[in-house]
Amino acid sequence: MVEHLHSDGEEPCVTLDAFLSQSNATAVRLEPDEDARALIPYLDRLKLIEVAFPKFRDGRGYSSARILREAGYAGELRAQGDVLVDQIAYMKRCGFDSFAPEKPLNPADVEAALTRWPDHYQTAADKAVPIWKLRHG
Amino acid sequence: MYQYDEYDQAMVDARVAEFADQVRRRLAGEITEDQFKPLRLMNGLYLQLHAYMLRVAVPYGTLSSRQMRMLAHIARKYDRDYGHFTTRQNLQYNWIKLEDAPAILADLASVEMHAIQTSGNCIRNISSDQWASAAADEITDPRPWAELLRQWSSFHPEFSYLPRKFKIAVIAAEEDRAAMRLHDIGIQIVEKDGQHGAAVYVGGGMGRTPMIAPLIKDFVPLEDLLSYLEACLRVYNRYGRRDNIYKARIKILIHELGADEYRRQVEEEFVHVKSLGIDPPRAEFDRIAALFAPPALDVSAPDEIDRGDPDFAVWVDSQVAAHKVPGHAIVNISLKPVGGIPGDASSAQIDLMADLAETYSHDELRVTHAQNIVLPHVRKADLYAIWQQLDAAGLATPNLDLISDIIACPGLDYCSLANARSIPVAQKIATRFADLDRQKELGELKLKISGCINACGHHHAGHIGILGVDRKGTENYQLLLGGSGAEDVSLGTITGPGFDEDGVVDAIERVTDKYLAERTEGERFVDTFRRVGMAPFKEAIYG
Repeated sequence: MVEHLHSDGEEPCVTLDAFLSQSNATAVRLEPDEDARALIPYLDRLKLIEVAFPKFRDGRGYSSARILREAGYAGELRAQGDVLVDQIAYMKRCGFDSFAPEKPLNPADVEAALTRWPDHYQTAADKAVPIWKLRHG
Repeated sequence: MYQYDEYDQAMVDARVAEFADQVRRRLAGEITEDQFKPLRLMNGLYLQLHAYMLRVAVPYGTLSSRQMRMLAHIARKYDRDYGHFTTRQNLQYNWIKLEDAPAILADLASVEMHAIQTSGNCIRNISSDQWASAAADEITDPRPWAELLRQWSSFHPEFSYLPRKFKIAVIAAEEDRAAMRLHDIGIQIVEKDGQHGAAVYVGGGMGRTPMIAPLIKDFVPLEDLLSYLEACLRVYNRYGRRDNIYKARIKILIHELGADEYRRQVEEEFVHVKSLGIDPPRAEFDRIAALFAPPALDVSAPDEIDRGDPDFAVWVDSQVAAHKVPGHAIVNISLKPVGGIPGDASSAQIDLMADLAETYSHDELRVTHAQNIVLPHVRKADLYAIWQQLDAAGLATPNLDLISDIIACPGLDYCSLANARSIPVAQKIATRFADLDRQKELGELKLKISGCINACGHHHAGHIGILGVDRKGTENYQLLLGGSGAEDVSLGTITGPGFDEDGVVDAIERVTDKYLAERTEGERFVDTFRRVGMAPFKEAIYG
């Protein structure tokens, strides 16, 4: 869950290439230029997918996350790297449920960022009901 | 026009609170400038040469009198008593203090305005036709579509860190008054089998690699529109280039993939996205459209205009356009006085235009991409009173679409990206051609100036375009001919070697002289250029 910014003592992630050639891993790391859809056949047995954000400006990981959730992935989806407090609300909407920032975040700022928005205009990968649906039921 | 409900207001209020917190953390040194930069940019706050610049969103260029007055109030209270209307129908303040920005955003939020996504690598403010709901040639009002897109694109979680900025324009008329095909996505509302839908053009833009957007889909029904655009953006977000900022716009992706391959990928993604249920129901569009219901205009209003005052008659012929309702007119207010700064207006002028809109134009104003203001719904019988008040305020220059109706970017006088000044060149050209009879003799002639290759002044789309460059430490101006941002969209061609500031003004004069010599009866400059080609003009310029 989002409150747990990082969880320790787990199986290390393997690269996408290693995962695709070594089928018993349950944790994989996806780089920005790697195709999330390559994982779709294996989602049932994956426990953790770590999506790399080497630079916060590189937004490909947001699409990777949504694609994985839209394909039914139910395991842990972690944003790792240059993950800043001002991005995590969007990351959560795209389906991330854990965060491994390189630089520690101030928990109060995280709490504020994640509770700031009363509602959302769009449907995304979280459970939020979009504003148009609130308007029309 | 659109009015916020409690959801819209809550979103904007949350944004004000968020940004106030971000500014607080920045001022306290808790975040670095590098981390703060994308956050302030998504709130329209740029760091320019001398101060912060704040860009306020004017969605699809539509303002109420109350909103317009707030723009004047902010200019007076926080800036130097003026504002600058931009080519994306927004307004910029050039002298803002960072610590004032949260209070300004709160003032804007109090009149249903904001600066959300007026910068940054996200979906920017949606632009549209400044004559929407008044133009005789539109098939429908494009703004409900634009508002639907405004809501969809605001705080979009997947598309806020795109490879590069993303601009969308929506029109609904054959005449293109919004440079639609020079946007990342240009949408033209069209009719098919009695239904309105979107013709979607993707991959246009100016900048250093200007491109005209190809048609990607000829008809997207309303109920699929957001899914289709989401697919367009997702393909771009995943595969747009991120290795080179100058090749990161979607036009480069489409150019490299080819329109057919891009379309194939979008269609494939669309099939998937459509299954997610992200499109709002028709009722939501209808709710928005109802708020844009045209004002109740008196169809029996007198259609005659008393042209007894010759100065007024000149202004009417230049600035007044046909309205779809008899007895009414569209008033175009020029922000291009000879010797002035294109697009600038003082607080007092902004207030006056707000008053005129309230009294005579059903409380509405529009900002145009050519940096002028429109009163869209005016009774012809009121034109004289409007003209008198505009004239007294220095707002009655009768030069719409003439050579002195210049689009110019802020240039090196303000902008940290610029290589050359734009404003003094615009002023010199307007002064050289100040004689109104001469301007009218030249007819429609759209002149556009950019102070660097980023092309904010739309020089590629000018009938005459000017690009300021830095040449070994001195400002140098290249001249382009034959561009257009309208329905006859085309990109200008460089004439040859550039000029200094006075030299480019002289060169333009040689170009216009050549045009007068070459043109056939009633032929516009750009049409003469297209007919005779560059060679005669080149010879006239360089001998």
